[in-house]
Amino acid sequence: MTLAQVIANLPALVVAIPLLLAPVAALAPVAGLGWLLAVLGTGGALFSAVMLMGATTGGKSFSYFLGSWPPPWGIEFVVDPVSAFTVLVMSALAFVTTLFARTALLAEIAEEDAGKAYSAWLLACGGLSGLVMTGDAFNLFVFLEISALSSVILIALGAGRDRRALIAGYNYLVIGAVGATFYVIGVGFIYAVTGSLNMADLADRIPQVPQTTVVMVGFGFMMAGLLVKAAIFPVHVWLPASYAFAPSAVSALLAAIATKASLYVIARVMFGVFAGLPDLAGFAAEFILVPLALAGIFLGTILAIYEKDIKKLLAFSSVAQIGYIALGFGLASTAGLAAGFIHIGNHALIKGGLFLAVGGYAVALGSRVNLGSMAGLGRRMPVTTTGFLICGLSLVGLPLTAGFISKLYLVRALLEADMIAVLLLVMASSALSVVYLWKIVEVLWHKTENDSAVAEQPALYMPLWIIAIANLWFGVAPAPIVDGAQRAAMYLTGGL
Amino acid sequence: MSAPVSVILDSWNYLVVICLMMGGLFIVISQNNLVKKLVGLAIFQTSVFLFYISVGKMAGGTAPILMKSGDAAYSNPLPHVLILTAIVVGVATTALGLALVLRINAAFGSIEDDEVLAMKAADGEPRGRRGEDDAEDQQ
Repeated sequence: MTLAQVIANLPALVVAIPLLLAPVAALAPVAGLGWLLAVLGTGGALFSAVMLMGATTGGKSFSYFLGSWPPPWGIEFVVDPVSAFTVLVMSALAFVTTLFARTALLAEIAEEDAGKAYSAWLLACGGLSGLVMTGDAFNLFVFLEISALSSVILIALGAGRDRRALIAGYNYLVIGAVGATFYVIGVGFIYAVTGSLNMADLADRIPQVPQTTVVMVGFGFMMAGLLVKAAIFPVHVWLPASYAFAPSAVSALLAAIATKASLYVIARVMFGVFAGLPDLAGFAAEFILVPLALAGIFLGTILAIYEKDIKKLLAFSSVAQIGYIALGFGLASTAGLAAGFIHIGNHALIKGGLFLAVGGYAVALGSRVNLGSMAGLGRRMPVTTTGFLICGLSLVGLPLTAGFISKLYLVRALLEADMIAVLLLVMASSALSVVYLWKIVEVLWHKTENDSAVAEQPALYMPLWIIAIANLWFGVAPAPIVDGAQRAAMYLTGGL
Repeated sequence: MSAPVSVILDSWNYLVVICLMMGGLFIVISQNNLVKKLVGLAIFQTSVFLFYISVGKMAGGTAPILMKSGDAAYSNPLPHVLILTAIVVGVATTALGLALVLRINAAFGSIEDDEVLAMKAADGEPRGRRGEDDAEDQQ
């Protein structure tokens, strides 16, 4: 196979490499080999994603026909500025969290389970990338379920330490399956009136369908299912427990990439598949997405303020941050979509970093991290804590961090849309997020009896610092993320 | 034949789909037993399978096999293929769900939702706001 052939197959490889290595990892006799395969899988996907991003500069797009069947009959993988940007963000974070998993995962699960855990890990990464790449509405459902089932396995692995992980996994399984089935019902309605499943083909056919009621019902079912998967308020209920009781490395992986893929699909469905019906998509954006996003922002922030368990606190904060992304999408403007995609990238960096730091604490403490047990850790684990602080400040949106760029572009998009009331609410919620961060920071430097330094493992804090430095880097030089997101938004709204 | 009867007969498949769908979803939400919830989930998913197959059926259509005469009306085969995939996904979901219930039974000694949640709440710190967590988990 020549280099040109490899490049032509990159869209499939970004999904296929992790999926193909997954069964091999399940057979790995030792944990180290499983981890090596996971690094190979996510690394290969990252390399493919970087190449794909390069191939889409200037707004170019191309597609890969699976089995050489041309669409609309066959399934196609679409490479355009939107999918290339999202898959690059996700692959990068998946790779860094995989590096972290070497030590962190073994600290929390049994050694003989490790190979199978890395197998589920690769399946989750491959499934989520597939969700982003696919241009087929039904194929999307299959990837939705591949990623959901493997995520459930990963979450339930936390049972070795805390049996509550089993219930979190079960609830995610049931709620996620109902959500995915709603999506399939919607696709069924759309298929019944259009006779197509290819997203680009659907976008052409939907405006010409005379049965507008069926299209609206289909759209409603699809969106309802996707909102569950993206954990947008009020269907976020599976998320806090799942992130809180999963093994630390899994929490970091899921928090960084899992809901991002579903949010991307929401943007794709609203502004791609249903682009021909701007009234319908606009109505859903203005009267469903924006109010739910605002409710989620406040509920998540307030629950985080009162929460004592740090992983659950960060999970509630994720509900709020997902709200910011959904709010950007809900503006239904190029600037709003760009703000949403910027925050997809930056929130992956922020929350990924925070969960990596908490994972580091959990391994050092050997117990759940809550406000009580993390007292004094600022002095005992300075390297990890500094990384935690950088990501935390980025979460609040301090200037010179990536989080500030997110807020800046969201505020600009809101000003452009003349939504001053919403803008004030966003400002207020940002101020509230300082409260829960400060609560943690205060405890970190509490005086404690046990003030001895903990030996910090480079394997745990190096991945964290990679992400922390990325948070600073993209705060000072935000061009890569901002340009990628703006190209994605312009492509979706037809401006490119 | 009076109008209501013919409406029922014409859309018989879809009425069954609606009953199964709502029944299944109701079981998922209302049942306390974790296995029964999975049964409800399976019924809910099965209703969608039936919905797809009904959409693909063409009145008087034959099986989609290429014949020499070439002018026969075919039923649409694509929904069948899609549902074959969806059935596989459904089996995987049910299997994983049952495996989790087994583990929950081993860890908690019960598969009743309220009992398990009560024990789960007791696992947390006593000073935590447990009531709120339960409300979330039951949804």
